[in-house]
Amino acid sequence: MSVDAATVRRIAHLARIAVSEDEVPHLQGELNAMLAFVEQLSEVNVEGVEPMTSVTPMQMKKRQDVVNDGDIADDIVANAPATEGHFFLVPKVVE
Amino acid sequence: MTDLTSLTLAEARKGLADKTFTSLELTDAHLSAIEAARVLNAFVMETPDQARAMAREADAKIAKGDAGPLAGIPLGIKDLFATKGVRTTACSKILGNFVPTYESTITSQLWRDGAVMLGKLNNDEFAMGSANETSCFGPVGNPWRREGSNTTLVPGGSSGGSASAVAALLCMGATATDTGGSIRQPAAFTATVGIKPTYGRCSRWGIVAFASSLDQAGPIARSVRDSAMLLRSMAGHDPKDTTSVDIAVPDYEAAIGKSVKGMKIGIPREYRLDGMPAEIEKLWSQGAEWLKAAGAELVEISLPHTKYALPAYYIVAPAEASSNLARYDGVRYGLREQGKNIIELYENTRAEGFGAEVRRRVMIGTYVLSAGYYDAYYLRAQKVRTLIKKDFEDCFARGVDAILTPATPSAAFGIGEKGGADPVEMYLNDIFTVTVNMAGLPGIAVPSGKDAQGLPLGLQLIGRPFEEETLFSLGEVIEQAAGRFTPARWW
Repeated sequence: MSVDAATVRRIAHLARIAVSEDEVPHLQGELNAMLAFVEQLSEVNVEGVEPMTSVTPMQMKKRQDVVNDGDIADDIVANAPATEGHFFLVPKVVE
Repeated sequence: MTDLTSLTLAEARKGLADKTFTSLELTDAHLSAIEAARVLNAFVMETPDQARAMAREADAKIAKGDAGPLAGIPLGIKDLFATKGVRTTACSKILGNFVPTYESTITSQLWRDGAVMLGKLNNDEFAMGSANETSCFGPVGNPWRREGSNTTLVPGGSSGGSASAVAALLCMGATATDTGGSIRQPAAFTATVGIKPTYGRCSRWGIVAFASSLDQAGPIARSVRDSAMLLRSMAGHDPKDTTSVDIAVPDYEAAIGKSVKGMKIGIPREYRLDGMPAEIEKLWSQGAEWLKAAGAELVEISLPHTKYALPAYYIVAPAEASSNLARYDGVRYGLREQGKNIIELYENTRAEGFGAEVRRRVMIGTYVLSAGYYDAYYLRAQKVRTLIKKDFEDCFARGVDAILTPATPSAAFGIGEKGGADPVEMYLNDIFTVTVNMAGLPGIAVPSGKDAQGLPLGLQLIGRPFEEETLFSLGEVIEQAAGRFTPARWW
């Protein structure tokens, strides 16, 4: 399989990465090189094979359903580029 | 006091215990070495004040007789580990001046055991790369050069800063991470020892995530014993990481020098690649001979799905990266580029903040997870991964204790020499290491010899899950036979 220019633009938007028109051909070439490389997987017979979900066989651990963290609002917003009090600031999203 | 930097970690521990020198002296010697080696670009942040404060504290504890197992030992920390109050960037512009308000589990265990932090080490952006060329702080130089040449070579990646700093005697050991070979490949390129433990052995909490089902941290050090000492402090169960395993951490150092007599060592025929340099073939046979001389039994084995590991990896790892890196949105931390609305803010921030390799992988990951392609790519790759793991399980079930392979298909290469036209050229560096991540197994790279140009080469040993001790015992045999290698100083 290979991707065309329209697909490159669609993927970029899905990935929320701005891509300018003149970058599209280059990206298309790189993505197609990667897709050509992974193409060889189609020759493997995977019939009846379970997809891997956990590389180390183990029971998923469950935590106690209790509050064990909190009161660190200052820490959480400490690295934000724009805040007001304990809120993150973003451009207006609701008209 | 510069000769203090040439000690191994084990020798330094003895010197500190015998009061031959203090941790402050040892730390100062390393800080001077770092300053004199800035041309290598191994450190992206030096923390001399913190280092001296930690050294003084270690000295006080040593004097009182309650020193931890790493008391006073100066280490470098890969910039992928969150360090409280010290800038942590994953060497990406998108994290900007991110200063964590918390400490990663692994580093907190190193400090608990008395280690001293010298600073943060360079790496490929978000650990995506095999040459440390994708870092936003620029490439790292390998302290090794070809004989008679002034060309600066790459130290490998992604833990290039860790490997370079350890090889250049700037720190006694370093933390590193390995998603497809990022500990073992740079170790092989710099004649250092690097171990990627079993998936789940070390906590991933507080390490910047790349591909969560493959990422595992481990040490890079100058000897097998040193790496065993470091892993003991780094490993252990952590309730904050649900994939960390609740199994007691053995005293890995006790495995050093243990007899390997009767151990069955598999030599996988699929690792004999067409066009592999004769020197690497020779080194591999030499390694097998060393183990045989120590009493191990060699058996030829087959891992039939080997050739599919790298392509499967380049679906699974980018897919997981695309979801892990969704968090970099310009809202909660790091870089922000303005936009007319919030979508544009996201898109502009991520376009400006991610480098070319990261952008490429996030996009391919987004594609293979997108509607209509998930089954053909991601699901199929995860099935292939099951088959890769089964190859290993079949060998272990037949009594194989460990597997010996070359660590890399070549020695270190020049900066900018590979991957310029086709990204896949660079990816092939990890051909011998990536299977181990796909199967969640432990693997160690041990320096084993030099090529005709005088560059180091390494061998890899792959073990059964949670049998790192076997790797330390076998690795020690190789180290004893091959000797240790130190680069001639040019920086």
